[in-house]
Amino acid sequence: MATLSFRNVKKTYAGGVAVIHGITMDVADGEFIVIVGPSGCGKSTLMRMVAGLESVTEGEIAIDGKVVNDLEPAERDIAMVFQNYALYPHMTVFQNMAYGLKIRKFSKQEIQRRVENAAQILELSHLLERQPRQLSGGQRQRVAMGRAIVRDPKVFLFDEPLSNLDAKLRVQMRLEIQKLHRRLKTTSLYVTHDQVEAMTLAQRMIVMNKGVPEQVGTPAQVFDKPASTFVASFIGSPPMNLLPVSVDANRVVRDEDGAALQFSAAQVPAWMANRKAILGMRPEHMALHADGVPLNVEMVEILGSEQLIHGMHGDTPVVVRCPVSLTKDYPVQIGEAIQVGWDGEHALHWFDPETGKRIEG
Amino acid sequence: MIERRPILDIVTHLVLILGVALIAFPLYVTFVASTQTTQEVARAPMSLLPGSHFLENYRAVLVGDAANTPPVARMMWVSTVMALVIAIGKIAISMLSAFAVVYFRFRFRMFFFWMIFVTLMLPVEVRIAPTYKVVSDLGMLNSYAGLTLPLIASATATFLFRQFFLTVPDELVEAARMDGAGPMRFFKDVLLPLSRTSIAALFVIQFIYGWNQYLWPLIITTQENMYPVVIGIRRMIAGGDAVTEWNLVMATALLAMIPPVAVVVLMQKWFVKGLVDSEK
Repeated sequence: MATLSFRNVKKTYAGGVAVIHGITMDVADGEFIVIVGPSGCGKSTLMRMVAGLESVTEGEIAIDGKVVNDLEPAERDIAMVFQNYALYPHMTVFQNMAYGLKIRKFSKQEIQRRVENAAQILELSHLLERQPRQLSGGQRQRVAMGRAIVRDPKVFLFDEPLSNLDAKLRVQMRLEIQKLHRRLKTTSLYVTHDQVEAMTLAQRMIVMNKGVPEQVGTPAQVFDKPASTFVASFIGSPPMNLLPVSVDANRVVRDEDGAALQFSAAQVPAWMANRKAILGMRPEHMALHADGVPLNVEMVEILGSEQLIHGMHGDTPVVVRCPVSLTKDYPVQIGEAIQVGWDGEHALHWFDPETGKRIEG
Repeated sequence: MIERRPILDIVTHLVLILGVALIAFPLYVTFVASTQTTQEVARAPMSLLPGSHFLENYRAVLVGDAANTPPVARMMWVSTVMALVIAIGKIAISMLSAFAVVYFRFRFRMFFFWMIFVTLMLPVEVRIAPTYKVVSDLGMLNSYAGLTLPLIASATATFLFRQFFLTVPDELVEAARMDGAGPMRFFKDVLLPLSRTSIAALFVIQFIYGWNQYLWPLIITTQENMYPVVIGIRRMIAGGDAVTEWNLVMATALLAMIPPVAVVVLMQKWFVKGLVDSEK
């Protein structure tokens, strides 16, 4: 149980390559924070800096108010779950989980008690005498988490723990991690490149891009009000449609070719008049055969009850997500020109074309 | 090849039998010779049936008879100590140096690595004169230290362990750091158990290497009680007028073969595993 805070944390590698450009944030006690971003955005580096596996170039990282910049990983009272599990291949499950405690000179009985307790939580009790190679991927993952749990650390670090598992197991483990956190309430930092994992697990999430946190907020905040075009295009599946437009004095929205897009003036806020912008529309908030954007259909993906209609508006790809039942009688044909509009319930998203930042009134 | 043709089976077997005979026949002759008297061995077509002097000859060789040869038992002991110290010493030193080169970032790390690598080009035979000078100045002639120390440094083994350590995933090191294991603790608890098979393979190779050393002990030892068995055999083959007791030479040769064979047979399973699979 502890808080975690970053004070203007920066990381520059020896060659002068800057990977993290200053992060300041506070993680509350017991909070589950997910750091999400594309590969190379510095999310793993940030976590490894918390773990003590990478040095901090500038700024301070504090656990429970105590600056840990110069502490060894073992002295920080944290535990980490690695992507490829990093179990000791020659030790049994029990020995793997007990190793950290053994080094910390816990008594035999205490080790036994803690490992058995963790094994019970993770349903590993019947596997304690096995070696890692005799376990399936999901079981290994659970052992890796067990190794973290037994230590009862202040902070849990998860470094893409589910990316080596198959899709089905991933969903299952995601739920288990959630349950585990609800049970243990340990402050957790979780790194992933999978936005679904981030959305489902996070209490708050950090969306990273090129070493900069683009947005910090709850999944709902990030989804409903993405702070930039990057966040908008990273979060959500399929990602938000981004259309370069200009708005004239009468709040008529025109695309790059100057053709008017038929949005009602009521949907366009007054402060958008007379400026260029990038218009953001969630695929699932768009309406088929409504006034708005003309679209040439290129592909239709049926996902079961829903479908994705991929099309082009000029040079910009646009995706619409709608129930299959909506087009039951008149299926959308490839090559067809259709009109897609806005459902009217949600606000349109506007972004500055230069900075990519969200424009608010 | 998965082909079912009887003629091929026969040919394969013939080739294999021929190969076995080629290797086994001299061994058999050696054994036969070691059970006969000196006169019987010296007879022009030597009898290929075992003689009746087996116990007698082997007792004479092991304990040593009057004919100015030291007992082979003593020589076997010297050889065993020498081979064991060389094998174990080589493994210990090269593992530690590979550990340092792979896991620690220190100044001139690559320089040291290449220094070790360069010594690959300097086997004992090449550096024998300066090494002899050093060993003799240190007063280590006719001692186990003199026999073994110069042969212990091994670039090959260092290189082999380095390659193996490089295949150990970084996460394992990091996990150990998180668990609070210091470098030596990590070495002892994780690296050592993981390199078991490599160690076994190296031990077999190095034991035989140590056992077969000839030139270096020949130079460094002047007292009979420090002769390894390989030199002993050479010394039993008399030059000039003296009669060579071939039956005793053969018995010694067979005795000298036992330890390396035993090591190979006993460690065969691990040896093959170490050479073949790359256990994670």
